[in-house]
Amino acid sequence: MKEHIISLTVEDRFGMLARISGLFSARGYNINSLVVATTEDPSVSRLVLTVSGDQPIIEQIMKQLNKLIGVIKTVDLNEGKYLERELLLVKVDNNTQKRSEILKLVELYRGMVIDVTSKYLMVEAMGESHQIDGLLVALRPYGLKEVVRTGKVAIGRE
Amino acid sequence: MNGSQILIESLKKEGVKHLFGIPGGMIIHFFDELYQQKDIELILTRHEQAAAHMADGYARATGKVGVCVATSGPGATNLVTGLATAYMDSIPMVAITGQVATHLIGNDAFQEADITGITRPVTKNNYLVKDVRELAKTIKEAFYVAASGRPGPVLIDLPTDVQRAETEFVYPHKVELKTYRPRTEGHALQIKKAAELILSAKRPIIYAGGGVILGKASQELTEFARKTGIPVVLTLMGLGSFPADDPLFAGMPGMHGPKYANYSVLESDLVIAVGARFDDRVTGKLESFKANTKFIHIDIDPSSIGKIVPADVPIVGDVKKVLKELIPLVSSVNCREWQAKIADWKNKYPLTYRKDDGKLRPQFIIEEINRITEGKALIATEVGQHQMWVAQFYRFNHPNSLLSSGGLGTMGFGFPAAIGAKFGCPDRVVFDISGDGSFQMNIQELTTAVINRIPVKIAILNNCYLGMVRQWQELFYGKRYSGTHLGSCPDFARIAEAFGAKGRRITRPEEVEPVLKESLKETEVPFVMDFRIEQEENVFPMVPAGASLDEMISGLA
Repeated sequence: MKEHIISLTVEDRFGMLARISGLFSARGYNINSLVVATTEDPSVSRLVLTVSGDQPIIEQIMKQLNKLIGVIKTVDLNEGKYLERELLLVKVDNNTQKRSEILKLVELYRGMVIDVTSKYLMVEAMGESHQIDGLLVALRPYGLKEVVRTGKVAIGRE
Repeated sequence: MNGSQILIESLKKEGVKHLFGIPGGMIIHFFDELYQQKDIELILTRHEQAAAHMADGYARATGKVGVCVATSGPGATNLVTGLATAYMDSIPMVAITGQVATHLIGNDAFQEADITGITRPVTKNNYLVKDVRELAKTIKEAFYVAASGRPGPVLIDLPTDVQRAETEFVYPHKVELKTYRPRTEGHALQIKKAAELILSAKRPIIYAGGGVILGKASQELTEFARKTGIPVVLTLMGLGSFPADDPLFAGMPGMHGPKYANYSVLESDLVIAVGARFDDRVTGKLESFKANTKFIHIDIDPSSIGKIVPADVPIVGDVKKVLKELIPLVSSVNCREWQAKIADWKNKYPLTYRKDDGKLRPQFIIEEINRITEGKALIATEVGQHQMWVAQFYRFNHPNSLLSSGGLGTMGFGFPAAIGAKFGCPDRVVFDISGDGSFQMNIQELTTAVINRIPVKIAILNNCYLGMVRQWQELFYGKRYSGTHLGSCPDFARIAEAFGAKGRRITRPEEVEPVLKESLKETEVPFVMDFRIEQEENVFPMVPAGASLDEMISGLA
């Protein structure tokens, strides 16, 4: 099963998100990530969601999404070129003996330390999801206290 | 005006004459306003599920939007089966539910249920109206959405304080929805391609469904079939959209289709699907259904096209409009041999049953109902063996004449649907052909029919079993009749009398004609006929679930 990145623009309507997610859950599909925020038009929101599924079922879901009152446009970004980014905020154990190693790793992944307490280093990083995965694997041995990821945002390109 | 008055005025603007439902604490304000006007008649049912089925039956028989009403909580949840039934069969309906006051929503208030949440997967759209100023616009939108495009049920949830709240009443002339514009015009190039494919086909078949009836396109379908000479098979939902007595009619294909219908579909080289969605009960094993066949698929719902079978020519559009465009582009198709082959199958493998042993058989009863009503009655059915016998043995020659829960398969649907249909079509003879199991699922509505003087005829094909499940148990589960024997209880004729209806018990074939004739003379109250049929009669032919359409079990037939 392939991961699909689906981008939708929707009107701000009552129950919209529940209707959209219901089309996936009714078929036993998990939404892997979901990002919702406003767009250049304040009455329109954009959803970017990732889901793994068989092509015919995803196609059926896309058609059902297009039928929902309030859905303006649906795109399966995998059908063309796109750019994706994900933001990570993570608290890593403030292990004084190995702090320099942690800082080097963060630098390698073009991240930043944005807060430091006696208990943790707070790290911010941005990139494609597999890069975020990589950074987390690298940091895990130092003790991950809390991981917050935004999920994928993605935009089509020419 | 207050919210309740706005609701009533809006319903009037939509031409609503009948409202099926039951009051309760959170809809009492609306019922109070309803009491003070005369344009809309309230039909008080005895269960909310029946109210939903009545609105549904009304819609199926008349083509108009059916409307039902219930209170919050249990009243609203009782509508759910009715909404799901209508949703699966694309029936235009509006359901109105009371709700607890806006400030109490989400507080587990008395008789509170999140009905918009519960009904989201079984409605085309639903609304929780929290501001009375939104009410008129919402009702306009609800009726528009319910009846347009691929129709379906819509629910409006109305909190009690919004019913009381005051605002100025302005009913919008039209609705414009940026994100809801059903495409009705078929793509001209695709229609041309379809015509070319049709004219070059050797063994074409038209496979039409409920979309033709919903789209009021029976006349166009008939013209198209007769002009081209292409044989027609119909789904359960499509029965009546093409005359059963036309020589081109080749039956209902699928699990209980006659051999000639299934052979016609399997051996065709082109299937022209019109307003049908390739239900698994129709296709049987998909691989053999699809093999060596091309598909033209005409449907108003783009998500129906390509869902089950890939369409060689997909046409999204209103079936009536598309057929009108298509008819001038086609002429008589050269398929004499093919027509003759189907005619030969029809002769060789007619639907039949045993007639020589003097036993009361269900197929005979349906043939008699067909004969005595001259095929002109409005027939509602429940779900099960009797439903399939109706589809096989009643000759539907007119659209909007069979009211049956095809998609959801809801037992208990037919009787309330018949009552609703009679309100919409008071001049037609209305039958509910039922089983003993199904009839007991909404038997309480005998009261509604008696009080409202609704002379529907109820023909119970009583075999003391949940017959269709019993048939499966007989054929596939070693005759272990688990949970399907109902016994010969109750005495339906006496139950009918107790409700104030008429009741008869029939045990022999020669009693059938007189009792049917007697039932037609009854113009005041429901007439219940308890036909004690051969208990272990089966519906044949039968294609086992998942098998290919030509792997039929034929039984005696």
